[in-house]
Amino acid sequence: MVIDLLIAAIKALIVVGMVLNLAGILGWIERKGSALIQDRVGANRASIFGFAGAGLVNTMMADPLKFLTKEDVIPTGVDRLLHTLAPCVNLFPALVAYAAIPFGDVLQVGDRVVNLQAVGLNVGILYVLAMMSLGVYGVVLGGWASNNRFSLLGGIRGSAQMISYELGMGLAIVALVMTYGTLDLQEMVRAQGHLIGGWIPGWGILYQPVAFFLFLCAGIAESKRVPFDLPEGESELVSGYFTEYSGIKYLMFFMTDFVEVAVVAGLITTMFFGGWQVPYLLRDGFHFPWGAVVALPQLVVVVLQLIAFTVKLLVFCWLQVLIRWSLPRFRYDQVMRLGWKGLLPIALLNVLATAVVVLAFQG
Amino acid sequence: MNPVLFGILAVLLIASALGVVLSPSPIRSALSLVMTLFFVAVEFLFLDAQLVAALQIVVYAGAIMVLFLFVIMLLNLQEEPQAMARLGMRAAAVVLGSLFLLAVVHFFAKPGIGTGTGMAGAVPATFGSTELLAETLFTRFLFAFEITSVLLLVAIIGAVVLAKKTLT
Repeated sequence: MVIDLLIAAIKALIVVGMVLNLAGILGWIERKGSALIQDRVGANRASIFGFAGAGLVNTMMADPLKFLTKEDVIPTGVDRLLHTLAPCVNLFPALVAYAAIPFGDVLQVGDRVVNLQAVGLNVGILYVLAMMSLGVYGVVLGGWASNNRFSLLGGIRGSAQMISYELGMGLAIVALVMTYGTLDLQEMVRAQGHLIGGWIPGWGILYQPVAFFLFLCAGIAESKRVPFDLPEGESELVSGYFTEYSGIKYLMFFMTDFVEVAVVAGLITTMFFGGWQVPYLLRDGFHFPWGAVVALPQLVVVVLQLIAFTVKLLVFCWLQVLIRWSLPRFRYDQVMRLGWKGLLPIALLNVLATAVVVLAFQG
Repeated sequence: MNPVLFGILAVLLIASALGVVLSPSPIRSALSLVMTLFFVAVEFLFLDAQLVAALQIVVYAGAIMVLFLFVIMLLNLQEEPQAMARLGMRAAAVVLGSLFLLAVVHFFAKPGIGTGTGMAGAVPATFGSTELLAETLFTRFLFAFEITSVLLLVAIIGAVVLAKKTLT
């Protein structure tokens, strides 16, 4: 009993540590990545004893310290409780959504089998969707509780956009659930362990390419980043729903974006790119299609799976940073048209086609 | 379910439910209702009904309450300290409240409730799973399920017709 609790606590710590550090590292990737894309040097000013760490000191230490020590301004005439609550309500769902994403198979210590996933829910994907749907409250509250027209407009834009794109995202996932026949994210990853024709890893992208693009698009829209950053559109709304925030509260809004990027990347990895699966790696070692077998101890296999998951995760984080710095911002009517007249019908057709195929294969 | 956990949850649940009724600001009322729905979802989770818990949050907290908030924000409703001051409103609240209390007391006064005999049967391993729920929905309650979906479709079409200013 105590050991079970301890294991659960350690897993929770690992996941929270993973996602918070990832948010910090993403801040760095974003800054240096944008510099790379725009042919600049990027953040390199702050240094410790002459060590700037290619901008790492800037983004990982100087920025948070600055945010922490800045004055926290609460505008007059606002509901102070709601104003303070908004950034917390914004960050919390994004952080806990990550808990259902598996980061490895099982680790066997003695006769105890540890599932490498913070919470093994049998409705995993629904849980993530539920948490992402709660994210809209932070935006709405931040906009409303600031007593500022720009903030309110940003909040309303943000909530309308998030509700619209939740539909497309949910329907893209419905098609996936039909393919795998489960809502459990760990089971989804296990279902991607087989090989097609003995050579090609049977990852979700090969079965559901349409759903992948739908999900990627809806996911970026949900995280409200360029090209979908209308809720904060600087040229029109100053900074949108977090215009009236400063200091640590502003940092929390800022971090939510990165945590959402990490969650979307984690979901894409899990559902479409085999999660922790390494091609040809089974629980006892590599089984190559040409017949060679390399036996590996269990711990090495688990570490390889962890590395595979991390690498895939970072690739999709980088993809989102790349998209953010390559595309210009949409107009608001374009965002709505893409959501309702583009993603939604395609997602519905995809569900229908998947249903037909699944039924045909069942006999 | 652990009685201590249940106690803590029940206190939180009732506190947030009271917040809905007692808060003078509409937006705080709506947020208290979201919290109430959230705690109900946690209750479901402790009762091994993971699917119902997730749906509770997706549907009620994630979709319906957002629309409530939207309306409150757009109409910019201010605090209404006088809402319950009218005598008729108060009288109606007292009458309806006591009727509900009577119904609750009547239910719990039944013999067998609270003695542990009512729900003592072992919970099957598949209880609350998506498969079981889907099976029941698509066999025993198929007609009700399909009729509900038709009802929702009618409601959507109605909303579109009402919202469109000119029908061409």
